[in-house]
Amino acid sequence: MSDVPKELSYTKTHEWIGNDGDGTITVGITDHAQASLGDLVFVELPEAGKKVGAGDAVAVVESVKAASDIYAPVAGEVAEVNEQLEDAPELVNEDPFGEGWLFKMQVDDADALDTLLDADTYEGIVEDEED
Amino acid sequence: MTEQLIFERGQPGRRAHAQAPRQAPAVDDIPAALARDSDIGLPEVSEMDVVRHYTRLSQLNFSIDTHFYPLGSCTMKHNPRACNTLASLPGFLDRHPLAPASHGQGQMRCLYELQEILTEVTGMDKCSLTPMAGAQGEFTGVAMIKAYHDHRGDHHRDEILVPDAAHGTNPATATMCGCRVIELPTDADGDVDIAALREKVSERTAGIMLTNPSTLGVFEQDILEIADIVHGAGGLLYYDGANLNAILGKIRPGDMGFDVIHMNLHKTFSTPHGGGGPGSGALGVGSHLRKFMPIPTIGRRGDGAATRYYWMTEADLPHTIGRLSAFMGNTGVLMRAYIYARLLGRDGMTRVAEYATLNSNYLMARLKDAGFEVAFPDRRASHEFIVTLKREKSQFGVTAADFAKRLLDYGFHAPTIYFPLLVPECFLIEPTETESRETLDAFVEAMVAIREEARADPETLRQAPTSLPARRFDEVAAAKRLDLAYDAGSSAAA
Repeated sequence: MSDVPKELSYTKTHEWIGNDGDGTITVGITDHAQASLGDLVFVELPEAGKKVGAGDAVAVVESVKAASDIYAPVAGEVAEVNEQLEDAPELVNEDPFGEGWLFKMQVDDADALDTLLDADTYEGIVEDEED
Repeated sequence: MTEQLIFERGQPGRRAHAQAPRQAPAVDDIPAALARDSDIGLPEVSEMDVVRHYTRLSQLNFSIDTHFYPLGSCTMKHNPRACNTLASLPGFLDRHPLAPASHGQGQMRCLYELQEILTEVTGMDKCSLTPMAGAQGEFTGVAMIKAYHDHRGDHHRDEILVPDAAHGTNPATATMCGCRVIELPTDADGDVDIAALREKVSERTAGIMLTNPSTLGVFEQDILEIADIVHGAGGLLYYDGANLNAILGKIRPGDMGFDVIHMNLHKTFSTPHGGGGPGSGALGVGSHLRKFMPIPTIGRRGDGAATRYYWMTEADLPHTIGRLSAFMGNTGVLMRAYIYARLLGRDGMTRVAEYATLNSNYLMARLKDAGFEVAFPDRRASHEFIVTLKREKSQFGVTAADFAKRLLDYGFHAPTIYFPLLVPECFLIEPTETESRETLDAFVEAMVAIREEARADPETLRQAPTSLPARRFDEVAAAKRLDLAYDAGSSAAA
């Protein structure tokens, strides 16, 4: 069973969202997502300053098995990206909820964060997929 | 694997005298400024050096000629030797592509007849052999869909619908043709989600790209309804011929409502393939798309003794999407496909599909009985089917990749793994019609034996393959630090 930290929010498409409290969020992919993808070989990140809508494909993670789009969980503006991943995409596999974060966003509407899944709900989705 | 390159073998001055020209040709008509003054750098080896080197290399191959090769979605069937022998007749082999058409009427007739055979077997209106490979066939098909809409003034149609189970080439093709990809979800039975399709078609829809049977190894049950919905919205249907082997001679894409299709002759029509080519992505079109066909395509004038075959050009097809390469397709591949079709005949083609699906369903049933989990247990398999090893992963901690590598040790090429992406830890298994029941039974026994190994000693699988010239590759390094350049200086000493 993969790790699902309680303090984070989630999407059905396996992104995690950490609320940084100042109107910004940090986004990454979950432990389950990195395990399913296998060893990452490449991460393509957006430019800081890019305006994105909820559900827009904003990044790509590529593993030995597949390339997958990463979606913006809510609308906003990309504030910062994890440039370390350019040379070390394996950080996503090693530490998906920490060093392997993908990007930070300035959120347009903080209420939109309420639409995200909580840890228990996301855990249910992962269990369905893993059994 | 320690085989040196041919350039690293031999000794200075060593020659294969029996192979050398009796007398060096005079080169005194080449201007001095253009003549080479350095050594040409050819290997200096004896005939025996060459024979041993290439024989050893051929022995390193893991191929359809040596092993069962159930690589799903690739149709690795036996390539009849007769096709190769006949396609290699000097009259075919030695023809120069720039020789006048009047000098090549025999070969052009063969290729014209191949166009006719493919037209008939797919239920389309016309066929072109121009695309050099499957991906180019796809590109051609979608480029023609775009040309069709543009010709009608429908310039705003720029969306291509692609099921989420599709081959990766489908969205890539749509993007290459300047379209936006709209993904369609799959329902629990493996069919296109009809409700989602109804929701996503619009006046922006250029077309839909479908494979039928689909990449999930099942026949799309609602294909006629899908055709009605897409046509009703003004879009066209593109058929990806990846899985044509399942339906050859039984049902026709043209009858299912498809407007344009490509066929992988290197799969269904049994020409040698793998390792990137050469291929053939022959194209079939409905009458409404005829004028956009690529050039050159072979036309025919006159009858009886006065029959003449000719290359159709812009003059014949002013609305053509144009040329895809310098000449028409890979002629050697096309000739093999033509001979294969002639050897099979109409009845033989039907048997291809019947035995391909029979073998697939037999193998699926045996694996199911042996306790493996198939992805769509309630559906009849087409020419291929999916097994998911997620249970083995959670019980024994071994992945589909570990299973696949261990199969190599048992003398079987691995099935396609981790594709389609919708099914976790999957094997996509395509036995083809040319395998015997004993081979299929032996494959089942190997799968059962490997599962026992996984239970008793999973490390055996994680270390596999152990019996091949090369052990397990570092896939991450291969993707991240690809190094294909040959450095003569450093390798020569090695």
